[in-house]
Amino acid sequence: MNSRSTIPLLFERSRKGRKAFDLPPIDVPKTEHPIPAGLTGGEPPLPELSEVEVVRHYTALARRNFGVDDGFYPLGSCTMKYNPKINEEMPSLFEDIHPLCDFETAQGALDMMLGLEKALCEITGMDKFTLQPAAGAHGELTGLMMIKAYHEANNQHERNIMIVPDSAHGTNPASAAMAGFKVLEIKSAPDGGVDLEALKAAVNEKTAGLMLTNPSTLGLFESNIKEIAQIVHGAGGLLYYDGANLNAIMGIVRPGDMGFDVMHLNLHKTFSTPHGGGGPGAGPVGVKKGLMPYLPKPVLAEKDGKAFFDYERTMSIGKVKSFYGNFDVLVKAYAYILSLGGEGLREASENAVLNANYIQKKLSGTYHIEHDRLCMHECVITPGELSKYGIHTLDIAKALIDRGFHPPTIYFPLIVKEAMMIEPTETESRETLDAFVDAMLEIAEIAKADPEALHAAPVTTPVGRPDDVAAARKPVVRWEENE
Amino acid sequence: MRSYVPNTEPERQAMLKEIGLSETEELFSDIPRNLRLSRPLDLDKGKSEIEVRRIFKAFAENCESSMPVFRGAGAYRHYIPSVVPKLSMHSAFYTAYTPYQPEMSQGMLQAIFEYQTLICQLTGMDASNASVYDGATAAAESMLMARDIKRRRKILYSAGLHPDVQETLKTYARFAGMQAVSVPLFKDGLTDREALVKELKDSAGFILPVPNFYGLIENQAEIADLVHEQDGLLISYLNPISLGLLKRPGDSGADIAIGEGQPLGMPLSYGGPYLGFMACKAKFTRNLPGRISGETTDADGNRAYVLTLQAREQHIRRDKAASNICSNQMLCAITASIYLAVMGPGGLREAAVQSTQKAHYLAEKISSVKGMRLRYPNTPFFNEFVVDSDRDAKKIDKLVKDRGLIGGLPLSYANKGDNGILYCVTEMNSKSEMDTLISALEVSK
Repeated sequence: MNSRSTIPLLFERSRKGRKAFDLPPIDVPKTEHPIPAGLTGGEPPLPELSEVEVVRHYTALARRNFGVDDGFYPLGSCTMKYNPKINEEMPSLFEDIHPLCDFETAQGALDMMLGLEKALCEITGMDKFTLQPAAGAHGELTGLMMIKAYHEANNQHERNIMIVPDSAHGTNPASAAMAGFKVLEIKSAPDGGVDLEALKAAVNEKTAGLMLTNPSTLGLFESNIKEIAQIVHGAGGLLYYDGANLNAIMGIVRPGDMGFDVMHLNLHKTFSTPHGGGGPGAGPVGVKKGLMPYLPKPVLAEKDGKAFFDYERTMSIGKVKSFYGNFDVLVKAYAYILSLGGEGLREASENAVLNANYIQKKLSGTYHIEHDRLCMHECVITPGELSKYGIHTLDIAKALIDRGFHPPTIYFPLIVKEAMMIEPTETESRETLDAFVDAMLEIAEIAKADPEALHAAPVTTPVGRPDDVAAARKPVVRWEENE
Repeated sequence: MRSYVPNTEPERQAMLKEIGLSETEELFSDIPRNLRLSRPLDLDKGKSEIEVRRIFKAFAENCESSMPVFRGAGAYRHYIPSVVPKLSMHSAFYTAYTPYQPEMSQGMLQAIFEYQTLICQLTGMDASNASVYDGATAAAESMLMARDIKRRRKILYSAGLHPDVQETLKTYARFAGMQAVSVPLFKDGLTDREALVKELKDSAGFILPVPNFYGLIENQAEIADLVHEQDGLLISYLNPISLGLLKRPGDSGADIAIGEGQPLGMPLSYGGPYLGFMACKAKFTRNLPGRISGETTDADGNRAYVLTLQAREQHIRRDKAASNICSNQMLCAITASIYLAVMGPGGLREAAVQSTQKAHYLAEKISSVKGMRLRYPNTPFFNEFVVDSDRDAKKIDKLVKDRGLIGGLPLSYANKGDNGILYCVTEMNSKSEMDTLISALEVSK
């Protein structure tokens, strides 16, 4: 059986004169040459297709893509949980609200945002949120700008160093650099946590803060968090919480209670709004009281039972995007929170952690468990002994694809060689976890008996492993007529 | 309470046992007891679908969103063909993550490649990324691109940019240690060229909105010459619908083309999610931020797509990355692609022409209302225009709303004390709606 296939591009399907649009005839008297000829151009050279061709094209593309609705997607740090369908329906209730209508006209939308903000404060233990950032990294940038503004307002202009552990997500150092900080990377301790001695040695009067993910990218809870907070605060720095891994701890422990001053959430991870193939997400930022003056403009406020946006914020860092945030995503997240309630959120975290430990346990003995103790919502494993058969993490990932599973996150965290980071989430049944484990064990057997077979994987997909080196060396990033 | 956890209580117990635990609480033994939340979260009890639906319906009913809209100002109500949301909401698209595993994500990667091509065709550019958050952050990212390309820390932007875009630029510039300088408008509402030339020296580039916030159309080619004389980059900030009619930035000397892609099939949705698009000339491809899909082959020579040029990105380069962006607005980019595929060259032209024609009709009608006049009567405009009058803009707004219409935007939003109103017309506004607006303006005092 040959599974390989290509499908034509939109542009290759184009035929002159085809059309799919239909607008009513214009119903006003014509103005001759409203725009001078020198400013106008010809029709843009877009493809020409009929409606059914557009429909079949995108349906064919969808068939060549894999989402959570297609199967298990244990992509570590990404929290690929099931996306409830009712959440997808709610935003259409608000789709005709213009962002610049008056507050009265949009009152219900503002009330919804207020409700979400309050729920996020309770879940995280923070005092106030901005819903403006559009994604996790955007939230990081916003939070870090606020830390900078805070130090500057306190005449601590020399505090320009942001400490980031070597296990951090790549967005952490990148966001810190964009916010104007110098990044100081510190090595993790052998147990995968923050090395307290290294941290003590790193902090000084130039420390602006520390960015931390807890549980860490190794899926381990940082038990020393109180000491870490003391060290950073003691040196005059602030503590930033990367909320990517919040799915492990809802209703169990809160960043605000751990000593964090600023944090972001990824609503598209923890709160189940879908990832959309890469976005849109939403990255609300929560702060403790002392940082509230620096929140981006406008800030959602309430007076006499009416919600409104407050633009009169003299200490604000300013705006970080147009309007108020990815509103639809906020609607979906709030629908999720209302559906689950406090108890349901805790249940979600408990089962996320249970599922991860179940997988870790079942794979131990065959694969190398990087830190052989209870994990949180994800576990990090490596090929271990299988390496001696010439098998790499990439081969295992590709073999999983042939077995109908999306592979885990691979080669991350960077501090673990050949890492596979498995995050099953709470919305997977025991049978699914068992089937995944069986596939992993079968792959391990094949690795020993017939490693070549794994190098050929995947064989069931429309294409085999693409040549990334060629793609980057001579980039072709658009279709062209003469191709 | 709604639960999306499939495993039953007995199953959970059995699983716990397999890990060697007897209680759920033991899973969290790494978390110090004194840190743990000792009470349940203070949130309402979980709700059924029926109850959730009721709550959101009540929120929606507390909004007045069914009125005809004559307001644009960065968010435009164009017709969205039925095909567009139907196709973009395929679950294989919206429940997927970023296509890290290309073999099982060829659909998304090809869709991104097609989006990049469509944006290039629309703008006349050579390369596009897979999107950023919105027009404002596209402007901010383009400023950083210009800094890196020209190794200059000063950027110019037109005072005719959308106020939110200006605000966002200023925020990003402050923290990037850049100097963002506003170039004023001349009395015709277009860039004050003398002021521009004065500021251009040692600037990385100039961000020029076309059309600008006030609906006015700049001559990109002439501005490009001025900018290039001082070795700066021309960054055009565009309304993509206008490109159905106006000269493309790539044909007018622009180096980078960016903008707010919302008009391409996305509803107003109280401000998001929208779409930041970014395209550039070939020599700047490696300076683009964010995801890019590229064409290659597999070992058997089959055409295949992958995320490419990743050495620019945060997961490889960390603090040296071109940008921190990771998640983008992928599904919005797919939406825009489907919109463009459905509209085609003729449809986009038609939407642009109808918007222009209807806007000119309304402008003429309004300027014949007693006491009302166009602020820029001799400057070409696309589908928005500013009206000044002797009456208070906020009062006019209220009176129009009482007649069941969302009127133009009172310009005090952009500049305190500005009593003008910015009107917008698209193909969605019928003649009878416009006539209702006119009669509201005529009688309201």
